[in-house]
Amino acid sequence: MSYSITEPSSRQKWFAGILVVGYALLTLLPLIWIIATGFKTPADAIAYPPKVIFTPSLEGYVNLFTSRSRVTPEDLAALGPPTTWYDAIVRQYDMVINGPSRYGERFMNSVIIGFGSTFLSVFLGTIAAYAFSRFKVPLKDDLLFFILSTRMMPPIAVAIPIFLMYRQLGLSDTHLGMILLYTAVNLSLSVWLLKGFIDEIPIEYEEAALIDGYTRFQAFYKVVLPQAATGIASTAIFCLIFSWNEYAFAVLLTSGEAQTAPPFIPTIIGSGGKDWPAVAAGATLFLMPIMIFTILLRKHLLRGITFGAVRK
Amino acid sequence: MAQIVIKNLRKEFGAFTAVQSSSFTIEDGEFFMLLGPSGCGKTTTLRMIAGLELPTAGEIYINGTEVSQKPASKRDIAFVFQMFALYPHMNVRRNISYPLVSQGMPRDQVRAKVDEVARILGITALLDKPVGGLSGGDRQRVALGRAVVRDPACFLMDEPLGALDAEFREHMAQELRALHDRMHATTVYVTHDQLEAMQMGDKIVVMNHGVIEQFGRPQEIYDWPATTFVATFIGSPAMNLLPFEGMVGNGATSVTLAGAEVHIPKMISGGDGTLTLGVRPEHVHLDDAATYRGRIVTAEYLGTTQIVTLDTPLGQVKARLSSNKVVTPGETVGLRFDARSISLFGSDGRALTSTANQRVLHHG
Repeated sequence: MSYSITEPSSRQKWFAGILVVGYALLTLLPLIWIIATGFKTPADAIAYPPKVIFTPSLEGYVNLFTSRSRVTPEDLAALGPPTTWYDAIVRQYDMVINGPSRYGERFMNSVIIGFGSTFLSVFLGTIAAYAFSRFKVPLKDDLLFFILSTRMMPPIAVAIPIFLMYRQLGLSDTHLGMILLYTAVNLSLSVWLLKGFIDEIPIEYEEAALIDGYTRFQAFYKVVLPQAATGIASTAIFCLIFSWNEYAFAVLLTSGEAQTAPPFIPTIIGSGGKDWPAVAAGATLFLMPIMIFTILLRKHLLRGITFGAVRK
Repeated sequence: MAQIVIKNLRKEFGAFTAVQSSSFTIEDGEFFMLLGPSGCGKTTTLRMIAGLELPTAGEIYINGTEVSQKPASKRDIAFVFQMFALYPHMNVRRNISYPLVSQGMPRDQVRAKVDEVARILGITALLDKPVGGLSGGDRQRVALGRAVVRDPACFLMDEPLGALDAEFREHMAQELRALHDRMHATTVYVTHDQLEAMQMGDKIVVMNHGVIEQFGRPQEIYDWPATTFVATFIGSPAMNLLPFEGMVGNGATSVTLAGAEVHIPKMISGGDGTLTLGVRPEHVHLDDAATYRGRIVTAEYLGTTQIVTLDTPLGQVKARLSSNKVVTPGETVGLRFDARSISLFGSDGRALTSTANQRVLHHG
């Protein structure tokens, strides 16, 4: 068989381009709409027909980060002119700022729990995957199957037992409890994904390092880890996306101390009128860490770093 | 540099015995070939010398120190992998300097040493390049550089030319041998290619099914194979083996093949039953006076020589003849064997001792 490579015609290129842009728009539209709503005024947000062109406003973000209360026009006048730009926005609605909202705290909880459990899942997963890949582990296949079997039902199916256990152990509504829980859920994915990546790394690299005078552990972190970077990065992204977006356990197991952003964002709706711009602003900010994390690791995802160094 | 002594080395993988009680000595500065078909235990033997596998039993001495249970990093050896195993995330310079960095050598010394090795191997221009884009030969040179740079007690090479194109292999083989002649480092080299082994080795061990078949200099092994396996594995085309029923006694100087008398070297040991006569193609001549006869089947032209295949009463025989000789397929001719170069094998496949091969068979 022989194949010939021909340059696509300009019409084909146009067609392909339109297809790609069209698909991108389709998937990005909800995202764009959320980001746009975050910068609308409450009135613009619920306007019908929907406003595509609007005057941007930071009201949503101010409402997201503050708790406010309504005051009479007389009291408002007695306060004198607003001292800050966000004061000015709030006073248009006869309100004053009482203090910060809990969004910042909840967001930080999400960061601690999401990144904490991602780090733990990837760390434990890498070590376990390396052992499964390189050493004679008794009952290896059974163990691997057992690890995978934890994913065979939705995690929420065991929510009640976990709830009871956590209450008994004092892990309810703690960062540690949520980190452990998300790690447990992610670990099977992480072990299996990483084992695949580590299996792909020829064992000769480690043997070369052993002969070059390094210990097995040094060979692992100086030779295997850099090779596995691509796999570790993609595994980390999968783990983070799960623990960052997890909603059901967060609702069930957290209320005050360790509540993450996903259960908190919907509660914004309830606090006096449907404040869609604030909800959209909360969602927009909530998207950012995952986007930044993915963009930072993108080069590892795309780069085939083992290319060409070993002839197969 | 180093002498390597292997004593009763044995390796089992579960029920499978990869290497059965091997013993041999590699002298200081020798270019030593471990030769055999795939699965014969040669790579396992090499990996045990390197410390990448631990032997089930037996001892390995490098320069008089028993190392069989020591980790690879404590043996002061360098290993060249068939797949090169260059660290893909490092450039050429860092690859070569890696063994020195592990010893904690100061940075400027490392630099000087790497530059020197790169000059010897002719890869100075590549030092700052990533290893990914290098050609096979250049990767091979970098892998050699990484081995050479630390002046190890010995070099262990696992089919280092196996991944190269045939045309380039020849060139690298010469380069390797030249490098060895310059450094006089003890080298253990695993290959399944008998030509490579003959071309480069000072000494060869031929292995089959985990057993050492023969140990000796290339020419000794070629001329006086210890077993029928060695006789057929070494040489291209292989030694002609003609099985016959008969008996040879101590002092015999001829055997009878299908009624024809064939002269052999004077025997020291004897045997009976199914014996095998072995003769190299270049020691077969066409001679109408000879009583052992065969019919010419084909002739392959190889430039200065030709390989002529003949059907004889005891099986096919290949003869390497001068290209000037005119042969006609279908013609029946007499075959004369050089009496001094004939080997006889007993019914167990081992060579019977004669005055011609006794010196070779005894020291192995």
